[in-house]
Amino acid sequence: MGGGLATFRQQVEATIPALRRYARALTRDGDVADDLVQDTLLRALRSEHLFHGGELRSWMYTILTNLNRNRLRSLARRPILSSIDDNDAPDLAGPEGGGRDIARALATLVDEQREALLLVVLEGLSYREVAEVQAIPIGTVMSRLARARAQIKSYLDGERPTLRRVK
Amino acid sequence: MIDPNSPVHEDELHAFVDGQLPADRREAVAAWLAEHPEQAAEVAAWQAQAEAIRARYGAVAGEALPTRFNLDQLMRDSGTRARRPWRTMAAAAVIAAFVVGGGAGWMARGATAAVPTTTGSITADALEAHELYVVEVRHPVEVPGNERDHMTQWLSKRLGYAQRIPDLQTLGLKLIGGRLLPGPTGAAAMYMYEGPTGERFTLYCAKTTTPESALRFREAAGDRFAAVTWVSEKAAYVVSGPAERARLEQVTKAIYDQVNKDGWKKS
Repeated sequence: MGGGLATFRQQVEATIPALRRYARALTRDGDVADDLVQDTLLRALRSEHLFHGGELRSWMYTILTNLNRNRLRSLARRPILSSIDDNDAPDLAGPEGGGRDIARALATLVDEQREALLLVVLEGLSYREVAEVQAIPIGTVMSRLARARAQIKSYLDGERPTLRRVK
Repeated sequence: MIDPNSPVHEDELHAFVDGQLPADRREAVAAWLAEHPEQAAEVAAWQAQAEAIRARYGAVAGEALPTRFNLDQLMRDSGTRARRPWRTMAAAAVIAAFVVGGGAGWMARGATAAVPTTTGSITADALEAHELYVVEVRHPVEVPGNERDHMTQWLSKRLGYAQRIPDLQTLGLKLIGGRLLPGPTGAAAMYMYEGPTGERFTLYCAKTTTPESALRFREAAGDRFAAVTWVSEKAAYVVSGPAERARLEQVTKAIYDQVNKDGWKKS
């Protein structure tokens, strides 16, 4: 194992905490999230030859985001509905209340909007990096962000518009 | 929402919230917001959302890493999976799983590395069923435990492989009964057991195309329930129960020994 590989591996390793945070918020399910992170790590380690420098962190977010979309697609094909969105739902009162609301609000977002919002506010990516991760122009990042924020606001304000996705 | 003639573009408001504005524009936008209370309120709402999201999920990055994220181990496991016979791995993994334990609520080791997320979805399905049915007082099962023979016959037929329903009397767990559920590739079965203090455990079984795997421990969201999942001979097993690890390990071990040593031979 050469020094280069060790370095790459160390860099990959350093992204794990942030990937777990992003995945947890993205899926709102700790188990699913950690599965995603694990798959992301394996994919990254096996694809080192595909990584041509640049920001490793963005690359990792890209892999995770894509794997999550694959997962959602395969879930959508299944006749059984998984309760991922509801896992955060049950009746925990108290200090968790506010967090629960934001989790539910996130659940009402279209996936692409949720990804964009989380990458910006939770992961601190620049708009340009988000554009790379999602493979879209920056203008689209901005409109996703705007729509996500408007949707969350109206949800938290109690308007509770009809869910765009019931999953 | 914003007048197109306004000197501040809506994108700049987002950038303001996200700290992505150049310093000079930041001041200009702040000054503009001071005179536009409606937009200022909106910006404040966005900031509050961002803070709520960080408050809710920010701490995840500070959690102790589960041992499954040890990269050397991860690569080794995914590499060896194809070469080594599963049974040896599984036996080692069982022992490792129960002896090693340790870590932040995770104990699964062994040949779990390359397991695709479908194992996760099976576990999610099982936990969902567990959560749904364990609270049932009057109708937790379709077939009561005292009709074990009938239930075995019925569910073996529906699932397409011979069911052997574990006996957990030595652990003080009585078989309440079982029910048929939709599974990942057809039918699934769930057997429910109850202990002296009313605690309930379920065993969820279903055919699966997921690769074989050793035991994986999972805690459900909310920390009320936990599950151990494994896949053997094209069948997935999920043992769910209260999130009390020592007890769950004990129950899982008993079930694992019975279903894996004795068979659950495919018909």
